[in-house]
Amino acid sequence: MSDSDCNLCAIGPANPVESVLRLDRIPTIWCPGCGIGTSVNSFAFALMNSGLDLKKVVIVSGIGCSGRVSGYVDLDAFHTTHGRAIPFATGLKLANPELTVIVYSGDGDLTSIGGNHLIHAARRNVDIKVFCVNNMIYAMTGGQAAATTPGAALSTTTPYGCFEPDLNIPHLVDAAGACYVARWTTYHVKQLERSMGEALKKKGFSFIEILSPCPTYFQRKNNMGDGLAAMEDYKKRSKIRNGAPTGEIAIVPGGDIIVGKFVDRERLDYLALMRQQLGSHYHERGCQTC
Amino acid sequence: MNADPAAVREGTHFMNGDAAACEGALAAGARFAAGYPITPSTEIVERFASRVPEVGGLFIQMEDELAASIAIQGMVWAGAKSFTVTSGPGFSLMMEHIGYAAMTETPCVFMDVQRGGPSTGLPTLPAQGDMMQARFGSHGDYQVIALCPNSPQECFELSVKSFNLAERYRLPVMLMMDECVGHMTEKVVVPAAEKIYVEPRRRTAKAPGDYRAYECGPDLVPEMAHAGEGHHLYVTGLTHDKRGYPVMNPATQRELVTRLFDKIKLAKNDLLMVDEDQTEGADVVVVSFGITSRVAERAIQMARAKGMKVGRLRLICVWPFPEDKIAALASRIKAFVVPELNMGQVVLEVERTVAGRCRTISVPHPGGTVHKPEDILAAIERGAR
Repeated sequence: MSDSDCNLCAIGPANPVESVLRLDRIPTIWCPGCGIGTSVNSFAFALMNSGLDLKKVVIVSGIGCSGRVSGYVDLDAFHTTHGRAIPFATGLKLANPELTVIVYSGDGDLTSIGGNHLIHAARRNVDIKVFCVNNMIYAMTGGQAAATTPGAALSTTTPYGCFEPDLNIPHLVDAAGACYVARWTTYHVKQLERSMGEALKKKGFSFIEILSPCPTYFQRKNNMGDGLAAMEDYKKRSKIRNGAPTGEIAIVPGGDIIVGKFVDRERLDYLALMRQQLGSHYHERGCQTC
Repeated sequence: MNADPAAVREGTHFMNGDAAACEGALAAGARFAAGYPITPSTEIVERFASRVPEVGGLFIQMEDELAASIAIQGMVWAGAKSFTVTSGPGFSLMMEHIGYAAMTETPCVFMDVQRGGPSTGLPTLPAQGDMMQARFGSHGDYQVIALCPNSPQECFELSVKSFNLAERYRLPVMLMMDECVGHMTEKVVVPAAEKIYVEPRRRTAKAPGDYRAYECGPDLVPEMAHAGEGHHLYVTGLTHDKRGYPVMNPATQRELVTRLFDKIKLAKNDLLMVDEDQTEGADVVVVSFGITSRVAERAIQMARAKGMKVGRLRLICVWPFPEDKIAALASRIKAFVVPELNMGQVVLEVERTVAGRCRTISVPHPGGTVHKPEDILAAIERGAR
């Protein structure tokens, strides 16, 4: 094969997603085999193919391993406090509706400490996109159980196995009124990219759960092998069921992992509802003194 | 820059302190607010929710105070002036985000209409028990500005001032009201818009690529850019360098935290806001703030009627603490008398600053009502001996 036949050579030595990354922040803090970087790769392609003016796209994160995503993507980025990425993003979006606002954070951050905000942002239908990396554990702090830790999994704070039932996140956000709800794993890189692209275009609260391995804590503690073993597990157990009722897609240890786009509905978003309700009480003016 | 006439209700009004604080926010350019209902502060955002659509803004009632106190910061980085309003229990919940605002240098205003505490305490009755919390409530070392109005008129004026100072120094400003001042109804004169100074945001004129988010000039206050302007901002609560990037080492920590302190030290003359009367030649000076200053005024009059030489030093800006002013008086008088609606908070700062040069007499009160002027008078009499 000559050089000119090689697709990679045509692209050149650079990684194709470099244009949307902060190269001066790389290497990342993520461990080998971690799925967060894989999800960022899908995200980067989704951004590049979105046709959006990236100057007007903002990423907001909370705290945790996935909370560091905001620091590696070359957008206006806000690394906020633990659990509070969604209300910060809500403020950003409401004060400047021209912005496309993405929240990229982890399961502990978004569903436990930030769970109340997740529910109410979906209910209000604030036009933000929430990408939730679910590695089923608090990884940044060293492998403690989360609200998403399934079955009798071991963690540093459940040394005899977890006995709390875990949260079905898509079901929660669906019930709260999200316009777009999907779940993929980091094995489904193309589907995830496509789904992220759809969410970026969707008007209204959009949510994607991204199942991701944590080889350092979750996999290791539970004898699940490395990152590659996780990919094989995802490949074997995942079933694509678009439109599946979210009440039926809870994650069961060893059972099928139901992935796909579950919800794609139209609802007026917060600002549209506000304008409709306020009618002539609302006077377009903008701030003259900011 | 002057206020937007569309947002200013010029004229003489009869309104309470909460309403006046709201009018101040509107005059100062706040077009966005987030809050969570809590007595006795709610009237501020009730009025804002009613008024702000007239000028194209919004109020969002968030799910809790944690959300409200960070939503306002999203609004600020989107380009707006924004604030939240609360009282004791909610103020406690907002502490983490006061720290975030201090660390990220987000100009915003927190209005705390103080009520009796601790915990749920006395929801409808006054106190001044959050003064130390306003200064030190969030973890780590940082600086804030805290202003204390003692009338509805001052609620208006200091509300405007709070926003202006937040913009000038890029930090969270606390408007420390109390239930009495918030619910007291008096004459409030709102001047014409062109008579109300509004501090513009210190926006950078630098092009993307040249701008570094936390680089600053001699006043140690960085210029600001907003999301959506192409600056590739990175804003974090982690210790960060001049670009805003996280750097985990003692040198960066020292440089950043020292600057957060030094920018306020440099501003100490601008932030010396006291109401001083007859301190020259006084034997006793009464140091007070907020509603307590009005009760103290009665005690001062009673003492003067008895022939005592008593001065008044009302702290309008409590944080940063006016150390130089207190220190200068300390070497000339016999005693400071410090009444406050708490068990002795600001008096600790007076005592520290006085450093033994004169006596410091605390007149504590657990809150629920105001002092009896006689109790303050008794303290003045002790100090004059």
